[in-house]
Amino acid sequence: MADAVISKPLAQPGAANQVAGIVVKAPPRELEREPMVRNQRSIGWISDAIAGVAEGKTPRWWWFAFIPSVIMMTACFTMILYLVSVGVGVWGPGHPVMWGWAIVNFVWWIGIGHAGTLISAILFLLRQKWRTSINRAAEAMTIFAVMCAGIFPVIHIGRVWFGWWLFPIPNGNDIWPQFRSPLMWDVFAVSTYFTVSVLFWYMGLIPDLAVMRDRAKNKIRKFAYGLFSLGWTGSNRHWSNYEKAYLILAGLSTPLVLSVHSIVSLDFSVAPLPGRNKTIFPPYFVAGAVFSGFGMVLSLLIPLRRVLRLEDIITLRHVELMCKVTLATGSIVGYAYGIEFFIAWYSGNPYERYAFINRATGHYAWAYWTMITCNVIVPQLFWFKKIRTNMLVVFILSILVNIGMWFERFVIVVISLHRDFMPSNWGYFRPTWVDILTFLGTFGLFFTFFLLFLRFVPLIAISEVKGVTPQADPHHPLGGAKKGGH
Amino acid sequence: MADTVNPYGIIAEFDNPADTMHAAEKVRDAGFRKWDVFTPFPVHGMDKAMGLKNSKVGWFSFLGGVTGYTCGMLMIWWMNAVDYPIVVGGKPMFSPFSAFPPSYELTILLGSFGSLFGMLFLNRLPRLYHPLLKNRRFALATHDRFFIVIETADPKYSETETRKLLESLGTRHIEVVEE
Repeated sequence: MADAVISKPLAQPGAANQVAGIVVKAPPRELEREPMVRNQRSIGWISDAIAGVAEGKTPRWWWFAFIPSVIMMTACFTMILYLVSVGVGVWGPGHPVMWGWAIVNFVWWIGIGHAGTLISAILFLLRQKWRTSINRAAEAMTIFAVMCAGIFPVIHIGRVWFGWWLFPIPNGNDIWPQFRSPLMWDVFAVSTYFTVSVLFWYMGLIPDLAVMRDRAKNKIRKFAYGLFSLGWTGSNRHWSNYEKAYLILAGLSTPLVLSVHSIVSLDFSVAPLPGRNKTIFPPYFVAGAVFSGFGMVLSLLIPLRRVLRLEDIITLRHVELMCKVTLATGSIVGYAYGIEFFIAWYSGNPYERYAFINRATGHYAWAYWTMITCNVIVPQLFWFKKIRTNMLVVFILSILVNIGMWFERFVIVVISLHRDFMPSNWGYFRPTWVDILTFLGTFGLFFTFFLLFLRFVPLIAISEVKGVTPQADPHHPLGGAKKGGH
Repeated sequence: MADTVNPYGIIAEFDNPADTMHAAEKVRDAGFRKWDVFTPFPVHGMDKAMGLKNSKVGWFSFLGGVTGYTCGMLMIWWMNAVDYPIVVGGKPMFSPFSAFPPSYELTILLGSFGSLFGMLFLNRLPRLYHPLLKNRRFALATHDRFFIVIETADPKYSETETRKLLESLGTRHIEVVEE
């Protein structure tokens, strides 16, 4: 037993910003886990590293990313203006494909948002402590993705000035909205999702804004961060209520995130249309949403951890774990594709069968096989540790995942519609340049907000990361416990 | 005029969570009531060390959730079955099943508002002024230091005895903070 207990100095003597001079009796090597924060960084270092990103002079790379984003965002709003002034005819949809890119983009963006809530809520309930390094950025991603998503349903209705009919307000004829329709449920699901995501994000931010306030050098920053941190002092009586509220919000967000994409999927699956009318849709959509969301988190954080030198906080282990979640959800998605085909055959419904054979071999087969490659084959590569630990490969694969998930929505929306029951109702959908620019423009919107977020708000939850280090544990020698702790 | 500033309380600074927690246990056992521990992150076990009861935030969320669900159901029933009933596809004017998803979302929405605002209410936040936030050293409470503060308003507070107690607890710095 004695040789199983390895005594090793965790800190190199003399290294700055590290807790020095404490020897920790480590567990046997096979039970050891890579720590959440590498190199045994001190609690103060964590504040400096994270808050430092939002302080000081704006780095040049930020402007190189920000200016194109703003230009693209402007393009998006110009296209929307054009659409509103001319009409939805400037887009591709028309008989028989009446739902085009707008709905594809809506579902895609809202799906991306799901990873943020999964990380902040579900992983919190499951006590996955590694979430602390990535939850803030992922939640910000959620909020901005839902904003991009929210644009499309509003502008696709054509007469945007009637958008308020979606809300429970009587229209000109005193008629109320019709709550038996899933489209109405969707309004409640998406708006609740956005509001609760913002609440959750803001609540997590309060202690970190207090960190920013206490570090602020000039009056404007002191005032602004002071205002938004609401006078947070770090009092334990406050922490006690805060932690309870955080737990409850996580508990409420978990059924919320599962319900949002389920309800989005009902927009499709209640339609008596071959290729859409399926009970598998809710779980399959949720898995796909988490899959694409993790793809996006990886695409965002892999470059960021490098540019901002946060490799000690967003470690290789974090990336690997995210790859594993992507693998798990990607496999669920692949399984769902298989079941869809099986049921199309097993149901004996000739229309359903035709819809699926047409998917794989019809005029849109290129879209279908892009989807299969990116969503079924690509995530399987994450079984290999060599791939999971190669940042460049993971980055490329994560982008492929997002492309694949966009095509999944394209397959469901467009392919299901383009061949109706009668050949006279057949057609081929093509997007117009307005479709394309509007979609690309939403990336501008997304990145504009995301870059502003990086510049003004701590991009990693400072107090939460501190809380998962051994230095924060009063029963750990590094936390000051005597006699080696327990 | 500055001669008569009232002291707000006495603050003791600590280096690590373990020392803070042991000190908090002693302060709790000494019977103080108006005192607090300030940490850069929530320390597990500190609630017990301070003798705090379970937080009441849950009640606010519960109230919000119940309100949301009831309002959702009543709203949909009243709009679609009472105020302006319209037959759609021969479906019933009101069904709890189709009314469930929006009501479910409203449950979560108001429950979340309940927990955030309940937390702020219980913590008496937002608070735009706090004597401790004027103290330069205390700014480290959000960085890497731990503080125990005993207010002068506590009935057991005594300028010499309280300081002696804190000094015996292994603090590295003691200071009196003014109102």
